[in-house]
Amino acid sequence: AAPVQVQLVVPIAVVFAPGSLPGDLPRPLPFRDVQEMEISVNVRTSVTSRYEMLYRSTTGQEEAALAAVTAREADAALHPLQDTTLGSLTMYVVPETSSLLPQGTNVYVGKHRSALVRAGGSLAALQARLREVTQVMSFTASSIAAALSDRVPDGQLSPDARRYLKSSLGYEITFSLLNPDPKSHTVDWDIEGAVNRYVKPVLDKLSLVANFSVDSQILYYAVLGVTPRYDKESSSFLLSAHSLPHVINPVEARLGSSAASLYPVLNFLLYVPERSHSPLYIQDKDGAPVSTNAFHSPRWGGIMVYNVEAPPSPQASLPLHVDVDMARVMEVFLAQLRLLFGLSREEVPPEFLLESPGNEGLADWELDHLLWAHTVENIATVSTTLTSLAQLLDKIGNIVIKDDVASEVYRAVASVQSAVTELSLGHLHAAFQASKEAVTSSERAFFDPSLLHLLYFPDDQKFAIYIPLFLPMAVPILLSLAKIVRETRQRKKEPTKMD
Amino acid sequence: GGMAAAAALLLLLVVAAGPGPGRAGAGQERRDALREELLLSPLPTGDVAATFQFRTRWDADLQRGAVSHYRLFPKALGRLVAALGVRELHLALTQGFWRTRYWGQPPLQAPAGAELWVWFQPTVTDVDKAWKELSNILSGIFCASLNFIDSTNTVIPTASFKPLGLANGTDHHLLRYAVLPREVVCTENLTPWKKLLPCGSKAGLAVLLKAERLFHSSYHSQAVHIRPVCRDASCLAVSWELRQTLTVVFDFFSSGQGKKDWSLFKMFSRTLTDTCPLASQSKVYVHISPKNKEKELLEVSPPPTSVHEAIVQGEKKTYAVYDLLSPSLFNTSRSLNVQLKWKRPQDSSEMPIPTLHAQRYVGGYGLQTGQICTLIYNTHPYRAFPVILLETVPWYLRLYVHTLTIITKGKENKPSYIHYQPAQDRRRPHLLEMLIQLPANSVTKITIQFERALLKWTEYPPDPNHGFYVGYSSVLSALVPSVTAMKDMDVEQSPLFTSLFPSSDGSSYFVRLYTEPLLVNLPTPDFSMPYNVICLTCTVVAVCYGSFYNLLTRTFHVEEPSRGGLAKRLANVIRKFRGVPPL
Repeated sequence: AAPVQVQLVVPIAVVFAPGSLPGDLPRPLPFRDVQEMEISVNVRTSVTSRYEMLYRSTTGQEEAALAAVTAREADAALHPLQDTTLGSLTMYVVPETSSLLPQGTNVYVGKHRSALVRAGGSLAALQARLREVTQVMSFTASSIAAALSDRVPDGQLSPDARRYLKSSLGYEITFSLLNPDPKSHTVDWDIEGAVNRYVKPVLDKLSLVANFSVDSQILYYAVLGVTPRYDKESSSFLLSAHSLPHVINPVEARLGSSAASLYPVLNFLLYVPERSHSPLYIQDKDGAPVSTNAFHSPRWGGIMVYNVEAPPSPQASLPLHVDVDMARVMEVFLAQLRLLFGLSREEVPPEFLLESPGNEGLADWELDHLLWAHTVENIATVSTTLTSLAQLLDKIGNIVIKDDVASEVYRAVASVQSAVTELSLGHLHAAFQASKEAVTSSERAFFDPSLLHLLYFPDDQKFAIYIPLFLPMAVPILLSLAKIVRETRQRKKEPTKMD
Repeated sequence: GGMAAAAALLLLLVVAAGPGPGRAGAGQERRDALREELLLSPLPTGDVAATFQFRTRWDADLQRGAVSHYRLFPKALGRLVAALGVRELHLALTQGFWRTRYWGQPPLQAPAGAELWVWFQPTVTDVDKAWKELSNILSGIFCASLNFIDSTNTVIPTASFKPLGLANGTDHHLLRYAVLPREVVCTENLTPWKKLLPCGSKAGLAVLLKAERLFHSSYHSQAVHIRPVCRDASCLAVSWELRQTLTVVFDFFSSGQGKKDWSLFKMFSRTLTDTCPLASQSKVYVHISPKNKEKELLEVSPPPTSVHEAIVQGEKKTYAVYDLLSPSLFNTSRSLNVQLKWKRPQDSSEMPIPTLHAQRYVGGYGLQTGQICTLIYNTHPYRAFPVILLETVPWYLRLYVHTLTIITKGKENKPSYIHYQPAQDRRRPHLLEMLIQLPANSVTKITIQFERALLKWTEYPPDPNHGFYVGYSSVLSALVPSVTAMKDMDVEQSPLFTSLFPSSDGSSYFVRLYTEPLLVNLPTPDFSMPYNVICLTCTVVAVCYGSFYNLLTRTFHVEEPSRGGLAKRLANVIRKFRGVPPL
């Protein structure tokens, strides 16, 4: 892969509340400090992160805000006082004895771009804690490695990394209701209301990252590729974890491709099992039933099984009317959506308390988390695309690069350079925009149809055509060569004869 | 009391605000309905035609709304209509040719190969770009080579192909029409077509659609029609209609083993066992009164649920109807196998001739010039009617327009409307549209001469010696006078096969006919010639080179005279005989 060198700069303000100053401060407040961290991906790709810390004490307004009773109230009060640019972080250090943070938690991460950190004795201990918080709120070595997963050697990547969606300019989200047995069930789902209520707020927030389009469909007679196993004990049907990979294929043929756009599709399927296979439960690897009755497929989407409660009497008139509980379904699908975007909240240390994002479904710092990863991924993608184009040109010399293709390449290079510069200045939003433009330009250049206009004759075919010329011409030359060889041999023999 | 009155007033206000145009969709109950229908019509030749129609009607406006939620209407097509600003879309994929002269007027005819015509919304700014994109996407959906549609085979007809659905304006610049006559239709096109049906091929009439039987037939045509229609009689709101039609003609020699008695099982090797639970109507119609006959000649079994009489294509016809949704049908037996038996042998000499039919051929000899002849027949005994003729001819046949002659009954027939757009080499085809009056009981002959152009060697398709399908087919659109006056009927109540084309008034009915595609041989070069030339030249060069090389490199030295060669000895022998001294 092509060499990529990126420096990620995160501006951080560390604000000390009164009574929280560590004893061993090197200088009086305010002062600046820089910490660097190397993220090694492979030999040719180096990512360094640089945390530019500004240590200062609280202002009067901040002090008043920190006087709130709970952390949540403090967070809400502090929000208007903060630097709201994307990528920047504010840490409020509160005294060790502060009652703002509940017992046992040392860090509270708010809805926006700030955290409350309990002071921990010495400056070194505080800095260690701050580093942990910063990584959770911006990027970790593993999230950057996941973004650059194409470049990471196979063995070193965590299994989660391949789950995340590749960075793209847009995504299409399709909700499909699979009703394999319309004779027994008429299933109604209020997908329009559910999308407006649960999905749209999240996507509005994510619209900074990419364009999203949402649609839904109902597919009848769409069956899973695996026949579930009947379990006598629970008198239910079971899908074991190892059979799940075979479930999707036959369904996918029915889902329909997104012919009208080039964006990747995220599929979320709600499967209402046939009456003869109800109820249906998914088992995990240990054989225990999965509580959500759902699973996800990396970079593809998720499937949830929705069981219909059996009617009181088997003679109840068919078809049975089913109204889907959309809140239950959307909870699962949104969790899967977060998982696919790499925004899982599970890898956080236990002394951390994360504020729930509420109705928006996504905290501001989670958005930053996504932007950091996508910007780095975009830069790497552009570098790879342009390198492959150059390699292609080296291999096939007679490809014609038209002026407009060349200008797209120049634009891609300029954009990617500006993205790298903006990153090293700590301007996350500008860097992300530039990296998006770079991806667009480089893809346009790489996939320009004019590159394939000419007919290419490989060299061996050209040679084959000229064989009728070369072969007869070679015959007299070879014959005379043979003659020369014969004559020289004879000349060598003759003197021995004379002797 | 006051509170209640206020509440009632509020309710009234809400109700009054309800059916506004902006509120459609949101919060309202989505209403979409599927109707399916199979029409079996025995043809005069003993063959049988089966026409399937599946109609999905959706009471929603596809052009509005950012979030789209589909139920019965297929998402792939719906998104296409919304994204590209399509007002009306008609795609037909056909294998074989409908023989109008022998089979009578078809319910739905399409030219051999692929035919696509689309009306775009007036909001579409770049129609050509949308057309190109649309054909590319459709070729992906239907696995057909529609991506070969480009400016050289697209025309903009001015008089033919008026919108079949709701339309405010008919500005023909929003219309595109293209035919690909070489397209071979097969299973890979049928599978995506079946996938668009809500029940797939799992239930309902679609279980009969088995590829190995459908393509073992003389004519197979599958089509998709999307158009906006009126939601109700007042026509204040728009509904979208998707019609999927499939027509197949089974040959009585190959499929019927020479017998004219048919059954569902004989045709499709399947019978109907259950209905599609999503369909609001599911019916099988069997045409039981042959043309011009009041008396029934056909006997159908099992006994039909009802008998339907309708005036179709100007004639009163009787149909036996099997309603699959009526509970009595599957009560007696588990499956339905409709059987058709002739009551008495049919006399083939009294085969009825359709009022309008046409034929076309290429005349002339040699590889330079030729002429296209079209014969249009009006067999109506006393009524004349006009017909619109659409001819598209590819650019590599250069039409001589001054040679255009239209002759009816020995006299020249002047068209009342003529639109001609000349071709541009490698850019666009010829387009000729004429409105011709056909006198009663007449044959009209239209001839036009052409010259064949020479193509570049890369422009020849594979297998160029097969010939070129040119002129695609000429399309005849006509309002043919009816024998029986038609009554106005409710479109929603009448069978689907009568309701695709709008009926104008009771005295005539609309017919669109396609003539046979023409196969023209173009001067075709010997494609191995360049290689032969290279070989020959190379050999000559090599021989010359060899002798020059020998001349330049050989050392010449005087050879001792030996006993002489064979010729010299032979000459000496002869000289000896003659008594001459030897050489």
